[in-house]
Order: sequence, then C-alpha cells, then structure tokens
Amino acid sequence: MDAAAKRELMLTAAKVRKGIIEGVFNAKSGHPGGSLSIADVLTYLYFKEMNIDPKDPKNPNRDRFVLSKGHTAPGLYSVLAQRGYFPVEDLKTLRKADSYLQGHPDMKKIPGVDMSTGSLGQGISAAVGMALSAKLSGDSYRVYTALGDGEIEEGQVWEAAMFAAAKNLDNLVAIVDNNNLQIDGPIDQVNSPYPIPEKFAAFGWHVININGHDFDSIEAAFIEAKTIKGKPVAIISKSIKGKGVSFMTNNVAWHGAAPNQEQYEIAMGEIDKAIAELEVE
Amino acid sequence: MADVKKIATRDSYGAALVELGAKYDNLVVLDADLAAATKTGTFKKVYPDRFIDCGIAESNMMGIAAGLASTGKLVFASSFAMFAAGRAFEQVRNSIGYPHLNVKIGATHAGISVGEDGASHQCCEDIGLMRTIPGMVILNPADDTEAKLAVKAAVEHDGPVYLRFGRLAVPVIFGDDYKFEIGKGVELGEGTDVTIIATGLMVGAAITARELLKNEGISARLINMPTIKPIDKEIICKAANETGCIVTTEEHNIIGGLGSAVAETVTGCCPVPVVRHGVEDVFGRSGPALQLLDLYGLNAEGIVAKAKQALELKK
Repeated sequence: MDAAAKRELMLTAAKVRKGIIEGVFNAKSGHPGGSLSIADVLTYLYFKEMNIDPKDPKNPNRDRFVLSKGHTAPGLYSVLAQRGYFPVEDLKTLRKADSYLQGHPDMKKIPGVDMSTGSLGQGISAAVGMALSAKLSGDSYRVYTALGDGEIEEGQVWEAAMFAAAKNLDNLVAIVDNNNLQIDGPIDQVNSPYPIPEKFAAFGWHVININGHDFDSIEAAFIEAKTIKGKPVAIISKSIKGKGVSFMTNNVAWHGAAPNQEQYEIAMGEIDKAIAELEVE
Repeated sequence: MADVKKIATRDSYGAALVELGAKYDNLVVLDADLAAATKTGTFKKVYPDRFIDCGIAESNMMGIAAGLASTGKLVFASSFAMFAAGRAFEQVRNSIGYPHLNVKIGATHAGISVGEDGASHQCCEDIGLMRTIPGMVILNPADDTEAKLAVKAAVEHDGPVYLRFGRLAVPVIFGDDYKFEIGKGVELGEGTDVTIIATGLMVGAAITARELLKNEGISARLINMPTIKPIDKEIICKAANETGCIVTTEEHNIIGGLGSAVAETVTGCCPVPVVRHGVEDVFGRSGPALQLLDLYGLNAEGIVAKAKQALELKK
C-alpha cells in the first residue's frame, strides 16, 4: 500500500474512533473497547475491500458484512456514517429512545446493517447462510463477519465453522478480533479459546494471522483471502482493546463503559491530535 | 371407521414442500439430520440441490436460515419441535423473529404422540415458546388437507411462521373444498350450550366429543383453530358471548398454548369460564402413541369431562 493511501485510511480510522467516543459518551453507555480494537479492520473493509454503495444499501449483489460481535455497534455505526450511509451527526443519538441507532445492530432500522446481531455466536451463522445463498444461486458477492475472541467461547460459532468448511464456502471471511479481553477479564483466564488459529485450521478453514492495526497487514490478508478456493478464511486479528485512547488501551474496564465529561475531552483531544498529525504529514 | 384414511401431518408437510418447490425456485429446505423423520427427505429426493443438511446443529441451522432469508431465499428449516422451538429458541427469537425474516420453521414430532421415544422428544411447550415472539405466526394443522394448505399459506405470508406437525397418522377430516386462511378459526358444528375450541391432533377427538355430548342432550359448538397466533378473536368472543362457556383442547401443555390464548382473549372481550384440556403440566413417557393419548386423557372422553366442568362453572 502506498504511503498516501495508508495515511488516508489511518485518517479515516481516526475519524471512526472519534465517532465511537462521541456515540458512547452521548449514550452514557455502550462498548468502546472492542469498537476501538476493530476500528481499523472495519475501516479497511468499508473503504477498500467491500463492493458496496451507500446510496444503494439493499443492492442484492453487494458484499455483506455481519458484526457477529454486535455489542461493538458503535464501531460499525461510526464507519457506516463515515462511509456515507447516514449523517455522522446522528452518532450522538446512539441508544436514545427516539433514535434508529439501536444498542446492537438492527437491520430493519439502520441503513447498511446487513444482519441484526447482539446475541453472541449468532451472527456468524447468518453470515454462513448468506455465503451459502450466494453459492446456491451462483452470485458473486462475498460475505464478511467479525467475531470477538470471547465470543468464540459460544458453541454455535463452532457449529457454523464446521458447516462453512464442510460446504466449501470460500466466499466467506471471518475476522476474529483478538484483543485478549472479555468482560470478566483476559480471555485465557475466563475460558481460554486459545490457540485460535489452530482451532479454525482444525475445522478446515484457511487461517491468516494479522496485526489488526497495520493496514499493510490487513490488506495483505484480504488479498490472500480472495485467492483461497474451496475453504472459508479466518483472519485472526491481533488487536488492542481501547486502541487510540490512552486510558482505554488494554483496560478491560472500558469493555462496556462510557467516559465522563473529563474523560471524553481527554479522549477526543488525543484523537484530534492524531488526526492533526496525519493531516500535516 | 376402519376405512378412514390416516396420514401423519409430517407426510403432508413433505408432500407440500415438493409441490411448492416446483412453483418457487428460491425455495430452500434445511434440516438437522432428521430428513427421513421430518419428511423433508421427500423434498430432497426431488430437489437435491435445494436441500441442505445442516447436521446435528439446530442453533446454527436457524442462523443459516436467517442468512438465507436475508438474501431473498424462501427458507424452510426443519427439525423436531423439541429442537426447533426448544433448543434453538433464542436463535429463532433473535436471528429470525427480531429482524422478522421470511423463515418458515417446519417442526415435526410435536406432542405426546411422538410415542416410544419418550419425554425427551415429546415437546408440549413449543406453542408457548413461539407465541411469545412478536410477529411469529403459529399454525397447528389438524389433518392432511389442512397441513398442506397451511404450508402453502405460510409461503404466501411474508414473515416468520412456525408450523407444527405430528408423527402419528391421523384421520383425514377435511375435503378438497376446505378453505384455509391464516388467523381464521373454522366453525365445524353449531351449538348453544358450550363451545369446544380444538387444534391439531385433538380436532378429531373433538368431533367425537361433540357427538357424545349431543347424545346427552348438550349442544356443543365446535371450532377448529389451526392458527394459534394471530388468534381469531372474533370467532372466540362470539362463541363466548353466544354459548357462555368454552373448553379448549390441544396436544400441548395447558400452560402457554391454545388454552392460554383463548383465555387471554376471552378475558378481554367477554369473560366466561374457559376450561383448558391438554397435557396437564407434566412430562410424557414412552409408549405407543394411541395408548399414551388415552393415558394422558387426550381423547373424546377427556374433552367431554372438561366440557361438563365448563357447563358447571357457567351456572
């Protein structure tokens, strides 16, 4: 990736992070930690990878994305807003009773949301169903889904993983956002799903390991994924929970908590600084 | 009675799928390793490319059904009622019900009449579970004719539908001229003293019960209620008003099913005694289906006894 393209993506990702903090702060609740850890991958998906058109969000030939880790909706909404599906200003209405921006993704209310999710383990099955649908009718669209590393403790994830490999769904890519933290603590201390790459490989998936905050690494993975035939692809994305906000970084307390006014200002200041630096370069 | 034709509604389901498969090329059938039993295998033989076996993983199957439906497929997802409504309840609720996706759940082996497999497989809770999901339509056909019409009606309805079928062969009650409409009860016989509202497998017994009551000088109205949700309020409230008491009968727990739906309706329009006949909040057991139905009182005599209770309460 050339330097200009990379800087553009980093700038967009920083704006996405700003939208995450804006939404969660105004809602006084929500899940910033895992939204920040998946922000770079989501930015790449919506700005580089996926065949989508914000002006035609229901186009039957579009690529699909399912946020199986549905609680990180602020991250998805922020990237959808940046991409032009709805006004960035609306992120401030997150979780409000009169807003369409539900606490977890709602495909009936939110432009650009391809599947309602939130109950962990269920999104990947729907994504598998979409990929199967394309195979059944010879459609060329691809399906992407993002899972939490804690989420893969759900048995349904492995039912879906078994099925996707058994049916050779090579139009499906599952990203595991491996930030190593779930609500009750580090994932290996709660109920370790490690080793993650080996588990997906054993289930018959092609596995790619990446640094989830390095756009070269992210891009290489999605390019490689397209070359894989006969198998679904799992991208294990090593990431940092709370990435981009100093006091949220690697701190499980920010899994599902909103910043107060002072914290909000610090967070926005840090992201604004990052944006300013990227714009100067 | 020996020449009465008997067909299990699961067989009617399989036959209807084949017929609809010809009409709808986007129709896809899912099963969870029970195709021979649920009779989706009948569809598989004719349309192998549109039949997907999800293996023994009902939760994932419901999610796959949701994904398929979101991309425009007309999906039937099948398993036994116990696993379709029971094990996969939350997937049905969150992945299908909440986004109101066009998935039809074909649940077979409902109720005590599963027989020898016993309580682990005899689901008497499914109507109660499905009834609490907003927007879910619940169809519980009584015979072969009604079952086939219910499958067709489900396809024409845009949104999730739970279809309940049985394992046991049951008498064919309705002829070719029978009309079926989602949300409509059907009056099968006039009456002024009490109304019997029956659904599914109990409709046959209710017809006999009405005759038994008639022999005792009791005039019972009989309503067949194939749609449990949305329930036909009009026909229920009219019956409550005109006959003054109701007995409901179903092969389901008396908690949460037809009896509850009727009682809830009656309290809102014309409060009269409602006596619920069904499985009395107990688990089933192994045994031949017909013997079990008698053991649990799911027969005409059981309905007659409850009808008399209703008449007593009316006084």
